[in-house]
Amino acid sequence: MTLTNEVIHKQKGYRLHIVKTEKYKTNTIVWKMKAPLSEDSVTLRGLLPHVLQSSSNAYPTTTKLRSYLDELYGAHFFVDVGKKGEQHVMSFSIELANEKFLKDQTSLLEKAIAFLKEILLQPLLEDGAFHKETVQKEKENQLQRIESIYDDKMRYANSRITEEMFKGEAFSMQPYGIKGKVDPITPRDLFDYYEKAINEDDLDLYIVGDVEESEVIELTNRYIQLPERNGNTRPKGEVASRSNVKEVIDRQPISQGKLNMGYRTFIQFGDQDYYALQVFNGIFGGFSHSKLFANVREKASLAYYAASRLESHKGVMMVMSGIDFPNYNQAVTIINEQLEAMRQGDFSEEDIRQTKAVIINQLLETIDTSRGLVEVLYHNVVSGVDIELTTWIEKIDATTKDEIVQAAKKVQLDTIYFLTEQEGA
Amino acid sequence: MEKIQFDQLQEELYYEKLDNGLDVYILPKKGFNKTYATFTTKYGSIDNHFIPLNQNDFVKVPDGIAHFLEHKMFEKEEGDVFQHFSKQGASANAFTSFTRTAYLFSSTSNVDSNLSTLLNFVQEPYFTEKTVEKEKGIIGQEIRMYEDNPDWRLYFGLIQNMFHHHPVKIDIAGTVESIADITKDMLYECYETFYHPSNMLLFVVGSVEPNEVMKLVKDNQKNKPFKNQSEIKRKFEEEPPSVAREKQVLEMNVQSSKCLVGIKENQLGQKGDEMLKKELMTNVMLDMMFGKSSDHYFELYNEGLIDESFSYDYTQEQGFGFAMLGGDTRHPDKLAERLKSILLNASSGEDLTKESLERTKKKKIGAFLRAINSPEYIANQFTRYAFNEMDLFKVVPILETITIDEVKERAVNFVSEDRLTVCQVIPKSS
Repeated sequence: MTLTNEVIHKQKGYRLHIVKTEKYKTNTIVWKMKAPLSEDSVTLRGLLPHVLQSSSNAYPTTTKLRSYLDELYGAHFFVDVGKKGEQHVMSFSIELANEKFLKDQTSLLEKAIAFLKEILLQPLLEDGAFHKETVQKEKENQLQRIESIYDDKMRYANSRITEEMFKGEAFSMQPYGIKGKVDPITPRDLFDYYEKAINEDDLDLYIVGDVEESEVIELTNRYIQLPERNGNTRPKGEVASRSNVKEVIDRQPISQGKLNMGYRTFIQFGDQDYYALQVFNGIFGGFSHSKLFANVREKASLAYYAASRLESHKGVMMVMSGIDFPNYNQAVTIINEQLEAMRQGDFSEEDIRQTKAVIINQLLETIDTSRGLVEVLYHNVVSGVDIELTTWIEKIDATTKDEIVQAAKKVQLDTIYFLTEQEGA
Repeated sequence: MEKIQFDQLQEELYYEKLDNGLDVYILPKKGFNKTYATFTTKYGSIDNHFIPLNQNDFVKVPDGIAHFLEHKMFEKEEGDVFQHFSKQGASANAFTSFTRTAYLFSSTSNVDSNLSTLLNFVQEPYFTEKTVEKEKGIIGQEIRMYEDNPDWRLYFGLIQNMFHHHPVKIDIAGTVESIADITKDMLYECYETFYHPSNMLLFVVGSVEPNEVMKLVKDNQKNKPFKNQSEIKRKFEEEPPSVAREKQVLEMNVQSSKCLVGIKENQLGQKGDEMLKKELMTNVMLDMMFGKSSDHYFELYNEGLIDESFSYDYTQEQGFGFAMLGGDTRHPDKLAERLKSILLNASSGEDLTKESLERTKKKKIGAFLRAINSPEYIANQFTRYAFNEMDLFKVVPILETITIDEVKERAVNFVSEDRLTVCQVIPKSS
């Protein structure tokens, strides 16, 4: 069993993470920019990476840029935005062939790092701001991304409960941006924000593949140097807790009801009881042998899917189930009963053993891909702790029944959301 | 056991054909935590007309039976096979396509027991009237779920347009009516004919030691009584080269319209390297014409005719082949006209330059390297290729041999007005 050997090196303005491995035929480069989630910047951040990836000073049209990537043996380049707890993350990823497998031996890695610098630090400008037409086109795409959440009813339900449960907290926002704030963005606004982000965001660069540490340090240092900045750490989640469970009902012409139940766990990645929380979540609703699956789906036949999912940095557990409209009360009752059962220790040693095995299996499978590996390692950056994977696995394995029950007792229901049919339907 | 070395890719493939005819391939991948294994039969939704084992006449079976059989494999007298794998720390799955049915698992531990479970559950069929009846309701739900999926309806709609008779036009899961006719005896008949080891392939990839795996498989197979089986006789009606229908428009409960244009293949009968080269060359040609760095892509995107969902692909099996291109669009008719006109103009060779060919080859080589980081991709694609006598590990060398004249010739021969068709999904007019 191989885990990872991550080496972290402080460069000028960012942290460089090198994971040397012979596993892959490709090298993967991921650049992450992190800042506190805020209403003022979220829409700009939802737009910025897409503008940067479409063209640059040396490749002023998308056609030229994409042609260049094709020349680099089809280097796979894409951007993404996400949130981790109450932090917003913009990611830029490049995956390309390791030249040792090609007839042509030019250093593709150096070209990729040079390309990353070009994209990040040499944008296409017009009158001292971003290229007008590009910004306009990308604003249209951004609106489409935001609107697409509404088309997918499961995603819609998730975003609605998040809005309601965390009203007044930064976590209520989704990372693509706020719909009403897209249109007013001007190329100048975006450019000003871009300069701020480059100078102030918390920056990390990951390089994964069969690479030489000293070469990577030299190359990245040569191409990318940025002003030093203060780190931003994960804000300690507000420990707001509700005295009465909030209930929200939305109505739309749909065929299946979407039930979401939001819980605050008061446990974050890096806390001592995080591992027990993971095992708790697995037994409660994480896998096909879980209590939710067995009771909501199999026994009561109420649902095709009934599952729970953890958000590790804000401290949230989300239960999701698709049910027929009249079964709302019954489903909520059964789900509440399952949580109570967990608190009473009503689960077996076999449940614990099987769940630990599946969690560890999942973790090991995730790090078999270079991108999965980066995401797992990035938890350390987001949380400000430094947990080695071997430790993570050992601690899951060592979790006791009592610890699982204690974690269950911390979890509190906060909000119930139900997307159901229209009145008189 | 044969060892085949691929020096440039730095991979070693181990192979043996067992006494009972089963092809076993093992690809060790150093440093990987997981092991992924697929056990596949060369039997899919198109195989609806064949001579059953130990019989003399052709029979026709109900639409959707191959997929139905796949579902039933997981239910045994002792219990559910998914749970069995889960207790051994593995996650299992299966799928049925036009031409094959695959059973698979992935795990980071207990590989030996999981491999044994895989071989045993697929080779011990258990069908009763009761379990068959129960499944009709469940698959009926699955069929309804696909009926609601606009992308699936679009894809199948295009295939239905293309073929007059070929069974590729039949929905893989069948229809609620067609599966109502399925009986346990029919399942046993299909099973016994197609699930013979000589018609199957086992592929194991990941953190494994080849000699140990081969020994486990051999020991497992040695004690099973499989009689010798001669080649399975499958029948297909004569299919005219032209498309059956030029256009179909489906109204569905959607917000965005969609449009796909299809080209039906008329030059069939290739196998092995010839087929591989043809498939690769056609995809290279489509990439040169419609890829993100092409002029056509730029125009279509800027005119608002296509968006990020635009894609294109060519695929061929023995007996049928087609290309498809399209995606979401605000202007389905305009997009259809433009795509058709670009395709019909392909033979002029305007888009097909030596320089863009070289660039496209590089792109495909890089994409191949990225793909073979994935054990799932290797096992599934290798199996599909092997069933057509193609070799996954020849992709790069064959790509390198493609010339611009060959691509131009392909453009001339492949596209023809009578083999073009359009399918669209548009919002319901209320």
